[in-house]
Amino acid sequence: MKFGQPSTLPRWAQLTILPALNIFAALLVTGLVTWLIGENPLECLKLLIHGAFGYGEGIGYTLFYTTDFIFTGLAVAAAFHAGLFNIGGEGQAYLAGLGITLTVFAFDKVLPFWVLMPLCLIAAMAFGAAWAYIPAWLQAKRGSHIVVTTIMFNFISYSLMLYLIGHQLIEPGSQNPTTREFGQNAWMPAMQDILAGIGIHIPNTPLNGSFFLALIACVAFYLVVWHSRWGYELRTVGTNEHAARYAGMNVTKIIVLAMCASGALAGLSAVNELLGSTHRMNVLFTNGIGFVGVAVALMGRNHPVGIFLSALLFGALTQGGLDLSFAKPMITREMVLLIEGLVILFCGGLENLFEPILAMFFKRGK
Amino acid sequence: MTDLAIELIGICKSFGAVAANRDIDMKVAKGSIHGIIGENGAGKSTLMSILYGYYQADTGTIRVNGKDAHIRNSQEAIRLGIGMVHQHFMLVDTFTVLENIILGAEGGLVLKRGIQEARAHLKELNREYGLEVDPDAIVGKLGVGLQQRVEILKALYRGADVLILDEPTAVLTPQEADHLFRILRTLKEQGKTVILITHKLREVLEATDNVSVMRGGQMVGNVRTCDVDRAALADLMVGRKVNLQVDKAQREPGEVVLSVKDLNLTDRRGVRLLKDINLHVRAGEIVGIAGVAGNGQSELLEVLAGMVQPTSGEIVYKGQNLGTLKYRQPKAAVLRRLGIAHVPEDRSREGLVKAFSNYENAILGYQCDRSVCKGPFYSRKALVARMNTLIKQFDIRPDNPMLRVGLLSGGNQQKVVLAREIYANPDLLLVGQPTRGVDIGAIEFIHKRLIELRDAGKAVLLVSVELEEIMSLSDRILVMAGGQITGEMAGQEATAPALGLLMGGGDKH
Amino acid sequence: MEQWISLLGSTIRVSTPLVLASLAGLFSERSGVVDIGLEGKMLTSAFASAAAAYVTGNPWLGLMAGMFAAILLSMMHALVSVTYNGNQLISGMAVNTIASGITPVLGLAWFQQGGNSPQLDDVARFQDITLPFADSISRVPVVGPIYSGILSGHCILVYLTFLVVLPVVTWVVYRSRFGLRLRAVGENPHAADTAGISVARVRYLALLCNGMLCGMAGTFLSVYQTGSFIKEMTAGKGFLALAALIFGKWRPAYAMLGCLLFAFADSVQIRLEGVPLPIIGEIPSQFIQVIPYVLTVLLLAGFVGRAVAPKAIGIPFVKSR
Repeated sequence: MKFGQPSTLPRWAQLTILPALNIFAALLVTGLVTWLIGENPLECLKLLIHGAFGYGEGIGYTLFYTTDFIFTGLAVAAAFHAGLFNIGGEGQAYLAGLGITLTVFAFDKVLPFWVLMPLCLIAAMAFGAAWAYIPAWLQAKRGSHIVVTTIMFNFISYSLMLYLIGHQLIEPGSQNPTTREFGQNAWMPAMQDILAGIGIHIPNTPLNGSFFLALIACVAFYLVVWHSRWGYELRTVGTNEHAARYAGMNVTKIIVLAMCASGALAGLSAVNELLGSTHRMNVLFTNGIGFVGVAVALMGRNHPVGIFLSALLFGALTQGGLDLSFAKPMITREMVLLIEGLVILFCGGLENLFEPILAMFFKRGK
Repeated sequence: MTDLAIELIGICKSFGAVAANRDIDMKVAKGSIHGIIGENGAGKSTLMSILYGYYQADTGTIRVNGKDAHIRNSQEAIRLGIGMVHQHFMLVDTFTVLENIILGAEGGLVLKRGIQEARAHLKELNREYGLEVDPDAIVGKLGVGLQQRVEILKALYRGADVLILDEPTAVLTPQEADHLFRILRTLKEQGKTVILITHKLREVLEATDNVSVMRGGQMVGNVRTCDVDRAALADLMVGRKVNLQVDKAQREPGEVVLSVKDLNLTDRRGVRLLKDINLHVRAGEIVGIAGVAGNGQSELLEVLAGMVQPTSGEIVYKGQNLGTLKYRQPKAAVLRRLGIAHVPEDRSREGLVKAFSNYENAILGYQCDRSVCKGPFYSRKALVARMNTLIKQFDIRPDNPMLRVGLLSGGNQQKVVLAREIYANPDLLLVGQPTRGVDIGAIEFIHKRLIELRDAGKAVLLVSVELEEIMSLSDRILVMAGGQITGEMAGQEATAPALGLLMGGGDKH
Repeated sequence: MEQWISLLGSTIRVSTPLVLASLAGLFSERSGVVDIGLEGKMLTSAFASAAAAYVTGNPWLGLMAGMFAAILLSMMHALVSVTYNGNQLISGMAVNTIASGITPVLGLAWFQQGGNSPQLDDVARFQDITLPFADSISRVPVVGPIYSGILSGHCILVYLTFLVVLPVVTWVVYRSRFGLRLRAVGENPHAADTAGISVARVRYLALLCNGMLCGMAGTFLSVYQTGSFIKEMTAGKGFLALAALIFGKWRPAYAMLGCLLFAFADSVQIRLEGVPLPIIGEIPSQFIQVIPYVLTVLLLAGFVGRAVAPKAIGIPFVKSR
């Protein structure tokens, strides 16, 4: 399983021009569909952009979603570098939510914020990693196709969580399938509070401290993958497994660790959602962020800079899409799903389409 | 003027900047066995691919039986009566022999009739050419020689009058190869034309009527086999007087570095790949292992390099029994630390990561070396410096350490691998097919470095399918066949026929 | 006894779309093209067929529309996987995501029902068929209930699937020229290529069959089972079908058995909802819901026999020399 074959284009072009072309193509097709259903594509685009960036609250929401997508995008990218397609981000984030909830329920009346928060982070990463561990082990030791197993594990996680939330963790007396609210000690500080502390005032949005965690994750990702020993082994396994074995690398261990890291990163998105925004766990809170992560990683070429930009794009699409669906009742917010699917198509499936054309331009330039 | 089965006039084919075939003229007489000889990369395979419709020539004409032909794909080639037996068999392992033979010529929508007809036709082919094989056997379970027979039957079933064989003896013992040539002679007697692609001089001289010699993409000679000898052909192939012997001074070997006792390897299906291997290598000597590919040499190398666990047996290195070693890391890594270096047989597959740059490949296998990393992170400067040292020592071209290794030529890639392994100053070097796909200049360089290593008192275990190489480099030669060591000879006393006999011995699995 | 009849009858009904989708996946994967997009194709065809059936009032036109929509997506997958040698897993995921996006968008725009399509009249839906003599035989012991309770009373698509599609597909794959070439292309495309067979053509044809069968599967869901298109109505059935295909080791008969097994689990789970069993007590429905997925994982892990995929699956075919 080899993904993201090395490109013949210079690195900067890979990270900017190619993704730009891809999103342009995706928007073009979506525009066509919009026109087909009788709406003006340009008007919709304007509404979308305004919804995402046009006002303070919109920006806040955009960045909030971006945080989710940075984590799931890094998660998919981490696995891609090892040559694996981790399509199980949904399930891993879901289980991470479980880890957070259990930790919170156990300690939110007892421990102070400074101890509880790191504990929750560890729990999120641990549970996410654990849910990725089994498919990883099966792939490494038994050759079970990791895509199929992670898809299965996604479904198993839905049923598991439905059961747990519905029967065990549900808020007593509630009709809705959600847990009770988390204690204040487990709340991730909201961005408006953080910035207010240094004198900047922004509107209230779900944007919270997890955003900074996401940025730190990007930097750490870069350092580890391209400048550390572990990253070298990771990339070798992902590019040429035979050479990795020849070099005495423990391929099984690397594959499993990569998937666990992937699961852990996906799990951090649950921190953003549960501790930063809803302060409780409800059914299906993941809502597709694992799959957006795939689009983000593909578009961002598995590089943290690209991933950040792509995550920002999808965050804008999500927020802008929501606003658009309010303004135009004829358009559902699933429109964003269509764009997401087209991005996946053009970035991942058809990357051989744009690259040769671009490569020609570069050759002529020389 | 005898009829010409195939005539090629002015064939040119380039892939980007590389001219694989330049202005090729060739005449193949009907009912003859015609050899095409040349080194790896001379353009033989490309030329035949054009004839079989795989590629289209940029310019030039192909004439089949005197008529101009435009061969756009394999189907058209087959229709013109051209059949091809590929070096890597084009067979579906899960199908039966019959199913493989009718693939593409099923004779109708429903398979049943096609299979019946094929069965009858197969009996006839067997009678005519002596190609016997069980029609209902599953191809994947057949031995290599039988699989090749199925390939030939496939071509004959489709009505081939011209049969192209691409390096057919690469996987056969000398005795099996002789059997093949007998079949080819029968085909010739029945009026078929055979084109034999090979790089082995012996085969050409023994089996062909006419020879075309290719070098560097061009046709440098079209001769009758009876008019030339080995030396003349070699000269044509290489373009200058070839020194088939390497200068080697006599050396007294030192103490035993590697000792292998009763080594056995059985795979998951119960096939015995290595049977009771006993050998030893001393410091300051080169031990060469000769044999046809697929007789256990590759497995032996992998076991010694720590990549595969043996089923039983003892490996003692510098007095230490490797079997009793306790290790948490993969064995290959531990062995490197102990001073065993490994140049793998397939450098593209294992020895290099083609997508990585030169300097990243310089630490493949040595990624934990303290000299290049501070804690968990690498020092880019140290990595590049190391690569530059390798480049200088081994004259690697182009000399850019940041260049992607995949862009280097075969010879330079091999130099990177060899340089890396020798840089680690091993006491034992395991090396497989060191000059496969390498140009002549680099071959001489690599041979010289191996001798230097031996002169410096290191132990070298060399595995190669090129008998010339084994005979010119080795102090001692061991021959492997069927997973066993069938004989041993001193380097100076070895002759090709003697080795060939040993290569055919041992039981076949 | 009544319970068992109803259960088995329901199993056959529920398994039909799974069998169709599974066979669709079989064509694709046997030719060497991985297909995780069965879900998206089923969803799209469910929408297309419901829309067409609503507009025309004819379920058969709905079926054709459904097949057409699925074939479109299959051809897209073929374009990416075969012509452009793209990553087949990603293309499959794109199919699913695009389907999830476009169906509610068009649904809302065309029918203004929140992404769903309007309920079909009886005329526009496939109806249950009572087999001849079902009533008269029903009193005969053993044979009667089986005939009239389990075998009779399904819609035409069920009978088509089990009596026509399944045998035809099995015959095609194993006894026809196309089937031989299909399997060859999936095991060793280079062998097929040198034998003069166009690998691309075989794969495109395989994906065409794939589209047709997915179209039938999706149509069954909307034009028969529910009578309209509901957002995300496939609810993972496409993946269940994929699991059954793997479970059935890429063979038609075994894949069908896998589908029946999974459908059985589904039917049981519905009936056990809220019903306490002796000793064990009440089994949460989710426990039974996971059984197909867990079984598939166990199979893939090699605990329930070995699953050997077609050798060349997932590897783009590039002529190499």
